[in-house]
Amino acid sequence: MKQTGIIPAPLAALPWSMLLLVIAITGFGLVVLYSAAGGSLSPWALGQGMRFLMFLGMAVVLSRVPERMWQTIAFPVYGILVLALIGVEAIGGISGGSQRWLDLGIIRLQPSELMKPGIVLAVARFYGMLPAGQLRTINAIWPAAILIGVPAALVMLQPDLGTAMMITFGGLTVTFLAGLPLRLYVGSTLAGAAAAPIAFGMMHEYQRNRVLIFLNPESDPLGKGYHISQSKIAIGSGGLFGKGFLQGTQSRLDYLPERHTDFVFATMAEEWGMVGGLFLIFAFFLLIRWGMQVAHNARSKFARLTAAGLATTIFFYVAINLMMVMGLAPVVGIPLPLVSYGGSAVMTVMICIGILMSIDRDSRRGRRMA
Amino acid sequence: MKRPKKIVTEASQSFTFTRRALLLGGLQGGVGAVLAGRLAWLSIAENEHYALLSESNRVNLTLIPPRRGWIVDRQGKPIAINRTDFRVDLIPDRIVDKDKLLGDLQALLQLPEEEMQRIRDDLEEAQGFKPVQVAEDLDWEKYAAVSVRLNDLPGVSPMRGYSRFYPDGAAVGHLVGYVGAASAKDYEESKDPLLITPGFKVGKDGLEKVMEPTLRGTPGAKRVEVTARGKLVKELTTRSDVPGHTLKLSIDAGLQTYAARRLGTNSGSVVVIDLATGGLLAFVSMPSYDPNSFSDGIGRDEWKMLSEDDHIPLMNKAVLGLYPPGSTVKPMNALALLEAGVDPRDRVVCAGALRVGNGLFHCHKKRGHGPLDMKNAVMQSCDIYFYEMSRRLGYDRIAPVAKAMGLGQKFDLPLVSQRYGTVPDSAWKLKKYHQPWTIPDSLNASIGQGYVLANPLQMAVMASRLASGREIKPSMFFGHDKPAAPLPYSAEHFAIVRDAMYGVVNEGGTGGAARMQVPGVALAAKTGTAQVRRITMAERAGGVLSNASLPFRMRDHAHFICFAPADNPRYAASVVLEHGGHTVRNLDSPMTGRDIMTYLFDPDRAMKSLAEVEPTWGGDIATRMAAKAEAWKLAKAGATPLPTSTPTPADPGANVAAAVD
Repeated sequence: MKQTGIIPAPLAALPWSMLLLVIAITGFGLVVLYSAAGGSLSPWALGQGMRFLMFLGMAVVLSRVPERMWQTIAFPVYGILVLALIGVEAIGGISGGSQRWLDLGIIRLQPSELMKPGIVLAVARFYGMLPAGQLRTINAIWPAAILIGVPAALVMLQPDLGTAMMITFGGLTVTFLAGLPLRLYVGSTLAGAAAAPIAFGMMHEYQRNRVLIFLNPESDPLGKGYHISQSKIAIGSGGLFGKGFLQGTQSRLDYLPERHTDFVFATMAEEWGMVGGLFLIFAFFLLIRWGMQVAHNARSKFARLTAAGLATTIFFYVAINLMMVMGLAPVVGIPLPLVSYGGSAVMTVMICIGILMSIDRDSRRGRRMA
Repeated sequence: MKRPKKIVTEASQSFTFTRRALLLGGLQGGVGAVLAGRLAWLSIAENEHYALLSESNRVNLTLIPPRRGWIVDRQGKPIAINRTDFRVDLIPDRIVDKDKLLGDLQALLQLPEEEMQRIRDDLEEAQGFKPVQVAEDLDWEKYAAVSVRLNDLPGVSPMRGYSRFYPDGAAVGHLVGYVGAASAKDYEESKDPLLITPGFKVGKDGLEKVMEPTLRGTPGAKRVEVTARGKLVKELTTRSDVPGHTLKLSIDAGLQTYAARRLGTNSGSVVVIDLATGGLLAFVSMPSYDPNSFSDGIGRDEWKMLSEDDHIPLMNKAVLGLYPPGSTVKPMNALALLEAGVDPRDRVVCAGALRVGNGLFHCHKKRGHGPLDMKNAVMQSCDIYFYEMSRRLGYDRIAPVAKAMGLGQKFDLPLVSQRYGTVPDSAWKLKKYHQPWTIPDSLNASIGQGYVLANPLQMAVMASRLASGREIKPSMFFGHDKPAAPLPYSAEHFAIVRDAMYGVVNEGGTGGAARMQVPGVALAAKTGTAQVRRITMAERAGGVLSNASLPFRMRDHAHFICFAPADNPRYAASVVLEHGGHTVRNLDSPMTGRDIMTYLFDPDRAMKSLAEVEPTWGGDIATRMAAKAEAWKLAKAGATPLPTSTPTPADPGANVAAAVD
């Protein structure tokens, strides 16, 4: 593309419709955070906005990284993150109690958060290297199993069931797209269903409670089922068009717990109703579809798998969070990307988008050259 | 089964990716659709349900207890009213420093340690916004002392409320009952949040309990917006309460109080009936509890004192006390004899005793009355006359009349419970004891002993029906008069009976002490003594022991039924003194009955008469109750035995027992 007019070429080359979508989602999220704070920019909306701008800039920078570079750093990054996870575990062991982050002075880094795109890159890298002929052999399975299993197990130890699940799902999605035999997935799904009672037995008390309460939240509306009950009340009472901006009583009067983080969707739906909720769901649908489109158009096997894996990671974020707040899944502590307050999730999602943009850019350039 | 190994090439892998990516995209779209559907379900299909839940989260309804309906007497004089009451509650969620707060409150309100413990216990159980009572019925100074320090006492909520007040105190205790906080069981059953609202009281006994639906009223409500932690955000609306209905009784509060005072130190009942309407003018059982002190919650000591008293102040003896009616049944017997064809001029010779089979039946007059006709038999209360007549006729001829006069009957009255008593006959005995009726059974029943049992209300109804010749049905409410149907007995016979009752008082009968001093008004009456112990042959030989020398529980019951004016009856009454024993003249049933009936015609004269004797009993009801409580406390603290009975004042006059029955 030639430089036309005053906009510099690198900027003009960005996928602006997708970025506008991301900005719209985040902007709406900031409005919700403003309301959740009782009509105030502090303590959430302003900080979240600043962070978003920072990570948006980072994503634009990442989009300039050549696709080949991702292949090169995939394993080293993965290695560093595994070490960091071990480090977190060690610090937690020394200080006593669970710890999920490393304090790097300027930022508190959650390695488990970065592992969400990290695992996609590593597994995609592995299948990118694997000759197609090997795909039906055991060599196509065990390295991927280790790549996924190690970080998932480490995160599980923290203990953080939600993130461990997302890492596992992210990795498995890539193996599925890489072409491992279908019966592996069907078989392991069945095995998983059979093993669920055993897994339930191995869970922590609080995790077990979450599952039990998910199965019957009304059994304990004031105790452990409180989160789900209040969240459903907030969403259900919003109705078609909601109670209006700054009018949400569930959030304003503290009935809704975690109203600015995990349950921000309920805060939003109470004030903006089903219309607001459908807007967010549709916006995320477009964003994820764009990511899958990038995967389709990617030129290399690695790029295809990475793009589809990252898009699916964003999908998992959204799907698990919405299922949780609407009472379709247990409370697992997964935020709604770009909307929930908190830097880590924004950072992860913006890294995913940055890498997706980088792959997109590469494939468009490839098409132009071809 | 072994399939041929699939050859995977880069091209086929790429194809697989495209296919699976499409599948994955489809799955994601499907999940998206499910989420959108779920969102629509929650916010449209279940919107109403969740909107309601959200509203009930947001709005906290504080109930304002309704003002209880008044209870007034036939002239509108208050019997139970509401007094403004200052109270202090705690809102658990707003308390900052519990221990300091409770310490401050204890100092400000001078609360006893046992109250502090109760508050602590209540706070343990209470949660959130539901108030816990600290103290009620506070005087203005204490209330103000808390109110001005509110800023230093977070969590304290001073309120103005209402408390029940009974101006006549113990005199109306058994009539109106009392109110108190609803029990946990009541709340479990109805789940009505009003029941656990501080300051709300329900009727616990008497009219307060039976008429609860009429008296309660509708609670008001204050709607406030609160946060999840119970913090008040703003007040929304306030709906004021609708007070309960006023209950107007047939009772004459003045007479009620007078009768209660006139009973003095007795354990007794007085029931007075207005013959024109059947309305109860007085319905007294003494001693009683003070319903005012019950309404504040009674102390353990006070309860123990009341429940151990042998004068049973916790029982409404007017309907729950069953006594052998003794000689008070003789006028009714006379009516039955007349209806059975006995000539009133027929004489029976009383020799002091009557031999029936192996048994010897004594008259209360040892030497005998000599020959007597019916009128003289009633006037002198001769037992032999009635023994002989019932031996001839059999008690089965008398029992139907006894029932028609109200004995053994239950009445349609707003009472928590009533006791029927017994009117025995041969069928009843066969059914109950599987034994045939005997002549001695008839003889005992004919003088109101043996199996016969009645309560004071029934005796008053008997008097009213004898006096009016109508089937008077007692009622408690003003203006709910039912016209009484005439009884199916001859008016002539009624006249003979009434004349005999007139003779009891005015012509040298056993009730001479009851002669009224109101010009133009004569009292007609019948005395009665009911024996509660067996008099052995040996004792009879050595002279029957006087009641004064017997312990309280062994003394005879002293009864009295009457009506006035004798020539044109307007009022009928019964006076029943449990173990009265006819020991003290001015505390005995005839004079008590006379004074109570006098009050209806000349209150001033009645009050003067009371003023003369009341000081000799230790003062009025409140004074005596206070003295008794004091004595109880002293006895409890020291070594002196607990005074379970009320001392009977010594009477300088003669023992009147022989003169009465």
